[in-house]
Amino acid sequence: MSELVRRDPRKEWIARNRLHPQHLEILAEIGGNAVSTEWMGPNGLMRRNLHAVGFMGPNGIRRIDRSGASHAAHTNARSSQSQDARRSVSISDPAFMIAVVPDMAGGRLSPHDRDLLGMARQLADANPDQPGAVLAIVFGEHKESAFDEAGVDRLLSLEGEQFDGYTPENRIAALQGVDRDVSPRHWLLPDSNQGGGELGRRLSVRLGERAATQVWQVEADSDSATGWRCTTRGAAGSTDVVRALPRVVIALAECADPVSETRHAAEIIELSQELPNVLGRIEDIGEVAVDPASVSLAEAEFILSAGNGVKDWDNYHHAAEVLGATKGASRVAVDDGHMPRDRQVGATGTWVSARVYVAVGISGAIQHLQGIQTCEKVVAINLDEGCDMVKRADLAVIGDANAILAALVKRVEQYRAEQEENRDAA
Amino acid sequence: MPLNAESPGASGLNVAVLVSIGRHPLTARTRRADQDARAVEMALSLKGASVNLMHAGQHDSDNEEAIRGYLGMGVEEIRLLEQMPQADVVPVLTDALRASAPQLVLTGTRAETGEGSGILPYLLAEALGWPVINGLAAVEKVEKGVATVLQALPRGKRRRLRVRLPAIATVDASAPAARQSAFGPARRGELDVQPHASEADPSLSQWQIQPARKRPKRLKIVKSSSARDRFKAAAAKSDGGGGQTLTDVTPEQGAEAIFKLLREEGVLR
Repeated sequence: MSELVRRDPRKEWIARNRLHPQHLEILAEIGGNAVSTEWMGPNGLMRRNLHAVGFMGPNGIRRIDRSGASHAAHTNARSSQSQDARRSVSISDPAFMIAVVPDMAGGRLSPHDRDLLGMARQLADANPDQPGAVLAIVFGEHKESAFDEAGVDRLLSLEGEQFDGYTPENRIAALQGVDRDVSPRHWLLPDSNQGGGELGRRLSVRLGERAATQVWQVEADSDSATGWRCTTRGAAGSTDVVRALPRVVIALAECADPVSETRHAAEIIELSQELPNVLGRIEDIGEVAVDPASVSLAEAEFILSAGNGVKDWDNYHHAAEVLGATKGASRVAVDDGHMPRDRQVGATGTWVSARVYVAVGISGAIQHLQGIQTCEKVVAINLDEGCDMVKRADLAVIGDANAILAALVKRVEQYRAEQEENRDAA
Repeated sequence: MPLNAESPGASGLNVAVLVSIGRHPLTARTRRADQDARAVEMALSLKGASVNLMHAGQHDSDNEEAIRGYLGMGVEEIRLLEQMPQADVVPVLTDALRASAPQLVLTGTRAETGEGSGILPYLLAEALGWPVINGLAAVEKVEKGVATVLQALPRGKRRRLRVRLPAIATVDASAPAARQSAFGPARRGELDVQPHASEADPSLSQWQIQPARKRPKRLKIVKSSSARDRFKAAAAKSDGGGGQTLTDVTPEQGAEAIFKLLREEGVLR
């Protein structure tokens, strides 16, 4: 349908004239044949007929439902569409650049990265007459599709086998090349243990800048040389240092609010010069297989957690081994003696932050749900469709836990065998 | 942790450990810094290596007590490169390391006093032209000037690296815990005080340093045009939302769906 609003002046005139014999019919027609209480007036304003609002109650008194329940039903497609469209911003000729190197843990922007991009926007948009552009530099392949919503104007994706694995020397050489090419006003990196904190410190040393680390607040300050001052944590978090914002900023999580109101161009750019080749003195041999059972629950990435619904415990332990998951348990399973106390998940046990949390036969007591608050993906296997864990879960499978676990083990073993075959063939 | 639990063949390896003054988080008394003590522990657990400890800073009674904490771990001597308060210690440490030429330099990730930015190892590495690695969890072996080490990653994972020596490595909380400091050896150990010319840190005086403020807690902001939605979001208990529920499926179909999610998240190895 076309976006143009077609207006009929005669009908609008009738709609305004309550004494016209066709008034009610026209009103109904303009109001989308559903309710005749709202229509668009001659100046584009929404007009309301308050006489037609509400309904007659049982005592002959007019009642108006203000809960919105009846209103929500008839919001037309046009208005709801315009509601979630964010203001789109494209900066064609930026006055300066703010470079951000997100962690991209797991190939996606982490909440920490989004906060950092929010801070970059704060720095870039301070002067609306001369807006700066936010440049995100991403190493290797990524799975992120929402760079525009996170506030990225320019995206530089550096791919190549020299960035695979742990290659800080190559990455720093590449960032140095970007610095020469683009010369951003500020470099922002996350102060995380996912690699951002280390990369930022290396970069600041290479660029000869004295970085501000553990920055948690940035404010405009006309007295300082850069126009901004920052507050950083010093001395193991026991002091705050207020200083002028330097060129390299290594910021903590929640340093600024993430971008939510605008959508940016996320235009892909290329470097004008080739990246230098570096002779690396650090060689990455690869990750070491760590026994998942020895990983502490709070640190574990993938947890298979068992509750009261698990009846066949041998099957569960076998499944955890095959999947390579760390074992967890609900309070009931621990109290019944099926699992040791240090494996208990929840407010009364360990607060976990796994990427994937599989809850087998756990109904989801509030203490347990508190303990898994920060888990990214929750999978529930449960018999009861209405339990709280199923409501929390990103994927819930209703059925017998034992049978589903057995089927999952079979599927994973099949996958492993396929992989083995591929490896032999290669 | 038993003494010398790991014994990689590191005979003849010259290891320098840079130690700093720690600060107890509750009482604020000076003590040996936790991460630096772990670095000393790691150096001492390298069998056959000669370990030299180094500290650059002020020499007064409080600091001496803290530094003697490291001597109590079984080290005979510490070199104390005496500096003015608030001096920049990078030049003096660079000179000292260049002169003593160790093959491996260990230190904590960041200091417990002062700026505590954790940049010092990187500055030293840049000045000396040595590689630097962070988050050292264990030294597996050292042979022919190449060390094979384990680096600690988040989520309890480890990565094996091969690094050409001489190198600088930082140690954080994932390294083995430090042994206790004994009183007698701490008294008997020698403190080799060497006065050095110190360079003042000019920018430090321009900063405002104050006790840490509590960080404001982030509020959950609901962006919605209708007051009803905002009220609902503020008042109602969140119930997940967006979750997919599979009912009336065979165990195989359910397992397939879970398997797909596990593959997508990349947790199956």
